[in-house]
Amino acid sequence: MDLARPYVAVYTARFLLMLQYRAAAFAGFLTQCWWGGIKIMVYAAFYRASNPSTHPAITLAQVATYTWLNQALLALMPWSCDPEVALAVRTGVVSYDRLRPVDAYAYWYARAAAFMTARAVPRAILMALVAGVAMPLLSFRELSWAPPPSAAQSALFALSLVLLVCLASAFMMLLNIAVVVTLNDRWVSQSLNPLLVVLSGSLVPLALYPDWAQGALFLQPFAGIVDIPFRIYSGNLAGAFAYGGLALQLWWILVLVFVGRFWMARVMRRLEVQGG
Amino acid sequence: MVERLTKSYFVAERAPGLLGAMKGVIHRRRRRIEALTDVSFSLARGELLGFIGPNGAGKSTTIKILSGILRPDSGHVDVDGLVPYDDRIRHVARIGVVFGQRTQLWWDLPVIDGFDLLRDIYRVDRAAYVETRDELVAMLRLERLLDQPVRQLSLGQRMRAEIAAALLHAPSILFLDEPTIGLDAPSKLAVRRFVKRLNRERGVTVLLTTHDMHDIDALAERVIVIGHGRVLADGTFNSLRAQIVAENPDDSDETASLPIEEVIARFYHLHGASEA
Repeated sequence: MDLARPYVAVYTARFLLMLQYRAAAFAGFLTQCWWGGIKIMVYAAFYRASNPSTHPAITLAQVATYTWLNQALLALMPWSCDPEVALAVRTGVVSYDRLRPVDAYAYWYARAAAFMTARAVPRAILMALVAGVAMPLLSFRELSWAPPPSAAQSALFALSLVLLVCLASAFMMLLNIAVVVTLNDRWVSQSLNPLLVVLSGSLVPLALYPDWAQGALFLQPFAGIVDIPFRIYSGNLAGAFAYGGLALQLWWILVLVFVGRFWMARVMRRLEVQGG
Repeated sequence: MVERLTKSYFVAERAPGLLGAMKGVIHRRRRRIEALTDVSFSLARGELLGFIGPNGAGKSTTIKILSGILRPDSGHVDVDGLVPYDDRIRHVARIGVVFGQRTQLWWDLPVIDGFDLLRDIYRVDRAAYVETRDELVAMLRLERLLDQPVRQLSLGQRMRAEIAAALLHAPSILFLDEPTIGLDAPSKLAVRRFVKRLNRERGVTVLLTTHDMHDIDALAERVIVIGHGRVLADGTFNSLRAQIVAENPDDSDETASLPIEEVIARFYHLHGASEA
């Protein structure tokens, strides 16, 4: 217990601090409603125009739920490095991080996880109320955020969601370390974002890409941030495929944490802190 | 304790103007800056050592190496049997560091929350923590500041809180890098009194850098002057004065009564140590 104490403490402190940003959460929520609505209308048109005799890999109702989940949990995607780390690197406060008797990677990792989850929770609650409760009541049932089809699927999703947070935090750590190297927080994330949006399945669910690409799309690391957990939620990924998805998420977490730790140790060995 | 330290940085250089900027895209020039060329000294337990030198002399670099943040290019450091940059986690658990120009407390958190967070990060026993904290709060007169967010403290208030923050885990060594920078007279006196008391009553070893010679005069029995990355003098303040007097035998009476700042300025000049 004492081993984990510093990391639990920084996670909790950061989480509670981030919850204070109510205006940002509300603005984010409105934008995400808007985007979610537009995307789902596009999908609805697309599904209605397609040949009814073909069996789509994912149904319209599943795509709608997937899209709402994605919008609700958009803050769980590693869009950029942790702004606190970027600031610390710019101002030299990173020195103080080096003075803490804790594992440097785990220290930043806990803060990254807190940053993402604290931003996601209020947005997700608001989104669930609108897309999950209000929409069915207003008779938009097919396009709403539906509950998981079964208890088993819910349990698998809960597990997958935890892995999602771990995986996204590991991605964010790579961005953090890149910022320490380049001293610039913009281009690193900007060059990664297009990959993230496409390969995670945030732009279009991966199941809608051509069949020949399915294997590679399922195996690459970004799928674990959006596609795998949200398809498990809607029941589109069940049984052996769901377990395979969870295993892949876990595998990529291990790989990214290993790479991140190795890289961070290297970078910190030749750290330069200038001035003052 | 410290032997033959060297550390160099690379500084990116570029010719001025548009042409220079365009050249810089194609060919980068780097210049090696020797921050430390040869620094050796040792420090006994319970000593209070002042570290002075012109801007850019290498004082902060030395402190950063001693506290495990930076790794020297060559040379060796041993602090109580540990090499700071190799045994970082064990080393930093028993030192306290204050960088006068940076803040280690969380900007948006009340002071007391920041203290509690440090307690968990350093894994300090709760009962011991309460005792140490209350003592520090009394000695540094922080009672009324505890509930205020750090961003709303004045510089003098913040510095007192910073010093308390560096001592919550009861370290046996304290590094102070310009702790009185920018402070008004009463705050400076309060900081000096506190440091002296800490050293006398607790036997905490203190190494402090400063540009305020009155800090040195009031606190340190021993002074190390550093310039051009090497040790220029190591002894009592009076031995510096004696050296200046010896250089100017003609007007030794006048030199003997020079104010402390003048002595130091002449000493830097004597060694050609003023910043380029």
